[in-house]
Amino acid sequence: MSTPTPPQPPARPRLGVFKFASCDGCQLTLLDCEDELLGIAAELEVAHFLEASSEAAPGPYDLVLVEGSVSTPEHVERIRRIRADARHLVTIGACATAGGVQALRNYADVEGYLATVYARPDYIETLATSTPVSAHVPVDFELRGCPIDRGQLVEVITAFLAGRKPAIPNHSVCFACKRRGNVCVTVAHGTPCLGPVTHAGCGALCPTYGRGCYGCFGPAGTTNLPALVPLMQRDGMSEEDIGRFLHTFNVTAFTAVEEQGQPGVTDDEGSG
Amino acid sequence: MSDPTPRYQELRIPSLARVEGETALHLRIHDGTVTEARLKIYEPPRFFEAFLRGRAHTEPPDLTSRICGICPVAYQMSACRAIEDACGVVVDGQLAALRRLLYCGEWIESQTLHIHMLHAPDFLGEDDVIGLSRSHPEHVKRGLRLKQTGNAVVELLGGRAIHPVNVRVGGFHRAPTRAELRLLEERLRTALDDAWDTVRWVAGFEFPDAECDADLLALAEEDTYAIESGLPTVLPYDETLPPYSFPLRDFTDRVAEEQVSHSTALHSRLDGRRHLTGSLARWAVSGHLLSPLALEAAREAGLGDPLSRAGVGRAEVCRNPYRSILVRAVEVLYAVEEALRIIAEYERPASPYVEVPARAGIGHGATEAPRGLLYHRYAFDGGGRVTDARIVPPTAQNQGAIEEDLRRLVQAGLDRGEGSEAELTRLCERAVRNHDPCISCSAHFLELDIERTH
Repeated sequence: MSTPTPPQPPARPRLGVFKFASCDGCQLTLLDCEDELLGIAAELEVAHFLEASSEAAPGPYDLVLVEGSVSTPEHVERIRRIRADARHLVTIGACATAGGVQALRNYADVEGYLATVYARPDYIETLATSTPVSAHVPVDFELRGCPIDRGQLVEVITAFLAGRKPAIPNHSVCFACKRRGNVCVTVAHGTPCLGPVTHAGCGALCPTYGRGCYGCFGPAGTTNLPALVPLMQRDGMSEEDIGRFLHTFNVTAFTAVEEQGQPGVTDDEGSG
Repeated sequence: MSDPTPRYQELRIPSLARVEGETALHLRIHDGTVTEARLKIYEPPRFFEAFLRGRAHTEPPDLTSRICGICPVAYQMSACRAIEDACGVVVDGQLAALRRLLYCGEWIESQTLHIHMLHAPDFLGEDDVIGLSRSHPEHVKRGLRLKQTGNAVVELLGGRAIHPVNVRVGGFHRAPTRAELRLLEERLRTALDDAWDTVRWVAGFEFPDAECDADLLALAEEDTYAIESGLPTVLPYDETLPPYSFPLRDFTDRVAEEQVSHSTALHSRLDGRRHLTGSLARWAVSGHLLSPLALEAAREAGLGDPLSRAGVGRAEVCRNPYRSILVRAVEVLYAVEEALRIIAEYERPASPYVEVPARAGIGHGATEAPRGLLYHRYAFDGGGRVTDARIVPPTAQNQGAIEEDLRRLVQAGLDRGEGSEAELTRLCERAVRNHDPCISCSAHFLELDIERTH
């Protein structure tokens, strides 16, 4: 998907934040920008942000942040209405960008899932799939992460206000890990790590804490997943283990890489 | 009394704000009497219990944290406890202390979020924290500072505040050094003052009269305010019944969940009765075990003195949901103090975790999420794969009590002659926010739908 140049924002652009199937964590990241929160509120008119405000004003909105995946018939209609009301639409997080952890259902029998969780599956309305927003409407920018990174979110909002493209690096976690001065957990300890194929953004948190990256930012712009598989096998993972390792928080995105050799999500240039 | 509104009326109010998730409320009013209040939660199903099946015994903490971005630590801690229970491992000593410290961080940031950003605007006539930051800037700044300190604790121990990465079955991937933890001390000392000031601030709010008639359920420990462990303990509403506890393994027999047609969240009842978990329940069950400082703050805030009921050995009970903000503020103060205590006594453990070898079995785990008791149960096969998972979040347990609360409040509103759509919506929204429901967990958006007949 192409990334059109964001339009020049008018004075006090109107912000809308919307939620679909999700844990609310990415919206909460906005409230977690404690140092920047009041500054953001001064620059943007918060027109619709139900998690934070009783004031829910109708569109159109200049900037819309969408959290969560499309998982019910009502969602399909609602995301179209929101897109029609949004000048610039940004998805925040793995759910809105790649279907999220709930996309595990896409590879399972949803009827069976319903029967596992609910005594009366017939009361529940759901789609058989959990899909990213981009599967339904055009998206101007996709911010990765489960959850998104606070610094990257502030960059996206700042870039929108400045009318420029967000400077979000498209390289892998390995770059961030080296920059942080970590010893490589795979090379030094034989710990399986998805860092080489995972999109940067978290600051290489897992290796910093001595564990292997578990891929919560989804695939990096260019990845060589087939080259990583033997390394993970060497470090004791079975094929099934590797399957589960990849198929968790960005299940559809890593699946697309496996199937096509390319990330199934939007590629955003931008350099580290 | 005369009803100024039409004999039959249907109202739709499109959104309940400042809660996490989407919920609708259906009110049925007949002849001026509220006959039914149904909270319709339609958070789309996310199937966690289903897709946990087949996962390794090491995976539920990372996976279930994704149920809720507001209380991921609670999910990680309940999952770890349940898995360790199934595998016959007890995590104690400094590792247990570190877990309590991590949880204190989540209590501080999550309760502070609710107090300042979601709840306080109701008492001060503002729509949101942004309006509040104009009318009460010093209080909002203090709230943000306090929340930041809670986040700093979770970030240091967990790597990040939302979905921490450092938690694992058996403990942590990496244990902090003493020097690292000491970095938090100065901020926590400032937070202690901020937490005191928050208690004083909220104590000055006006609290409408209300009483929640549900049984109160919280975990209890012998000698400390229960957070990351404890025995389920019930304080029945009927005061002729004594308080009682039951083993955690009996949880799903005692707290029976049933599905109702109007909600994706399952409804549960405790021993056949309505029950409430969360701050009010914890205060009632364990208030006497708070620190002297937190008790002093509670007394000053007008919550009473739990030690005065010495014969019962229980806290003075507060059943007014509006006043839950006071208990939350006291709990923040306590969590800050606990965090300081744990850091002062910290010695870095030899290993950041204990081994938890997989084995076949069933394990139960419960901890006190900021919003209430969160129960997990897992069954594992011999290879350590999950064969069954059961998760009972606090909001699902509280739903029945919230509905009853709404029914009474609307009735009282109608009796006072407050029958307009705007008045009733305001009443209901406040009532729901009093309980700090985390609807992502259970099921989200309040659509008020009032049906009146005569």
